[in-house]
Amino acid sequence: MGRRSSSSPSDAAFHATLVLAGLGVATVLAGVAWEVLDLAGPAMQKGGLSFLTGTTWDPVAGEFGALPALYGTLLTSAIALLVAVPLGIGSAVFLSEIASSRVAAVAGVLVDLLAAIPSVIYGLWGLFVLAPLLRQHVQPAVQSVLGDVPLFAGPPLGVGYGTAGLLLAIMVIPVVTSVSREVLKAVPDTQREAACALGATPFEVIRGTVFPYARSGLVGAVVLGLGRALGETMAVTMVIGNRYEISASLFAPGYTLAAVIANEFAEAFSPEYLSALGGLAVVLLGSTLVLNAAARLLVRGVRHGGG
Amino acid sequence: MRTTRTGTTGRFGIVAAAAVLAIAAVLAIAACGKDQAGSGGAPAKVAAPMDVSLTGAGATFQYPLMSKWSAEYGKANPNVRVNYQSIGSGGGIRQITARTVQFGATDGPMTDAQMAEAKAPILHVPVTLGAVAVAVNLPGVQKSLDLAGPVLADIFLGSIRRWNDPAIAKTNPGVELPDREITVVHRSDGSGTTYIFVDFLSKVSVDWKVKVGVATSVNWPAGLGAKGNEGVAGTVRQTPGAIGYVELTYALQNGISTARVQNPEGEFVAPSVESVTLAAAGASANLPDDLRVSITNAPGSGAYPISGFSWVLVYREQQDCDAAAALARFLWWGVHEGQAFAPALHYAPLAQGVVARCEAKLKSVTCGGKPLL
Repeated sequence: MGRRSSSSPSDAAFHATLVLAGLGVATVLAGVAWEVLDLAGPAMQKGGLSFLTGTTWDPVAGEFGALPALYGTLLTSAIALLVAVPLGIGSAVFLSEIASSRVAAVAGVLVDLLAAIPSVIYGLWGLFVLAPLLRQHVQPAVQSVLGDVPLFAGPPLGVGYGTAGLLLAIMVIPVVTSVSREVLKAVPDTQREAACALGATPFEVIRGTVFPYARSGLVGAVVLGLGRALGETMAVTMVIGNRYEISASLFAPGYTLAAVIANEFAEAFSPEYLSALGGLAVVLLGSTLVLNAAARLLVRGVRHGGG
Repeated sequence: MRTTRTGTTGRFGIVAAAAVLAIAAVLAIAACGKDQAGSGGAPAKVAAPMDVSLTGAGATFQYPLMSKWSAEYGKANPNVRVNYQSIGSGGGIRQITARTVQFGATDGPMTDAQMAEAKAPILHVPVTLGAVAVAVNLPGVQKSLDLAGPVLADIFLGSIRRWNDPAIAKTNPGVELPDREITVVHRSDGSGTTYIFVDFLSKVSVDWKVKVGVATSVNWPAGLGAKGNEGVAGTVRQTPGAIGYVELTYALQNGISTARVQNPEGEFVAPSVESVTLAAAGASANLPDDLRVSITNAPGSGAYPISGFSWVLVYREQQDCDAAAALARFLWWGVHEGQAFAPALHYAPLAQGVVARCEAKLKSVTCGGKPLL
């Protein structure tokens, strides 16, 4: 045990298979990045930094800027996390710390089912249930109280940044919940018992001993949720309104990077246009990498602080 | 080294070719299985020398008609199998340019730049007509609205913002128009439907032509984007005060309430299969030689102004003569017998004058320098 033996041919084959599998994943990632960069090359070269900061998307005039779509992607993901993280971690704590094992088992299955619903179904539900609900009841009510606040300005359309963010939150919650639950389950019972023995209340046990132990895993759960929110395409395009514009209002229609690509790729009629869509893909890939790296740094910082 | 541009299309070609190969392989396997089951152990039939498989790709708009044609033509000519992939007009143009398919299909004619990129002459053969209906959701108004072209353009430009605007009231005397905000709904995905619609707007409004222009996707000055005909129709249906545009076929099949649009004769015409055919007849008097023409705002009494051709794209000089002969015969059948299947699917059949022009186009297709028909 422990020592790698290369004498047996089956071991060697196993070893080779694993190396191939590992290299395969890396190759696919590198290949995707290369293709996307290559496709985007002309647009990025022509536009330079103004491709990133431009706010016009005019295929007829050949003028392409990514900022409104980047803004939409970041804003909707932020709304999604703001709603989903407290709810997702809260329900994970309930399932692992408070609920009886029977309730936890049933609820756990339900959460996993929620995660398995295809995104187009969420999109349809968003378009035909959530959007009309928000337009008829929620948005007018909010505006009657906070109508002068720019965050809630504009006609109640039902679709827009806010609707997309809420729908994303619903899609992200099961991801956050099920990963957090596994993380919390992995906290050794001795931690809890020790805290209980010192006379801690259940709240103190969770806050003082379970959370610090599970912190890095919980951040990981949030990062996975963020990944889903950033890349989600189908459901978002159905409820965001697909308007290429930056608005301060959550009720205003907007656009996201992934949605623009999905909508326009099939009919992109010129090489410049196709290249600009490739540019959006690079921006999306880039922002995903940056946010992931930031989250990893955060985890490391938390580990040092919490250790 | 290749230039970046040809490099991009080249790789695109490879990806497309791989996709086509994969699909062809699946079809071949499926066909083998079917053949062996059907003819009781006589699989040699698949390898018969006359069997031809034609692959086309392009506009989603043509897909139902192409499927019908493929099935009906296959009944009479069991050796010819037509596979049509509805990947969108832009994709159809890219694939025919890369020669990964025998024919392409599009709702918007190829631009001069695209023609130049193809390196060999490509013919545009009209096979059917598309039209765009203006869908309106205006609670309290039962009658279908009458809209003049420039007014429609101003609505989509965002300069007319409320339904009780005097410009709308002017063509709708006796209709009580509500004081309600107009919500414009357009396609978010690139589409031939968009092409026909904005082509019409740019003919009736200088503002539209200058500020927005014509393409399968444009920089919309106002409103919301929704994906596909079903997305636009769904959003219009749910949003009081909304106006949008959908493909005629879609509007007819789903009973969507539509506006009547003013044609150059000053008549307000409702969209229908008949009024679209009349538009093509009106335009057929002066079609350009290459048939790359927009027939929006066509003259003629009863002609619906937001109509356009949908084309099949083929190279004039073909490479594989067996397949080319089959392709020419299939398209010949399509513009003649095939038109009979159009009305049942809510497509407008080609007018007589247009069919004659298609015949001339198909007769000019050659392989090895020899005409195929």
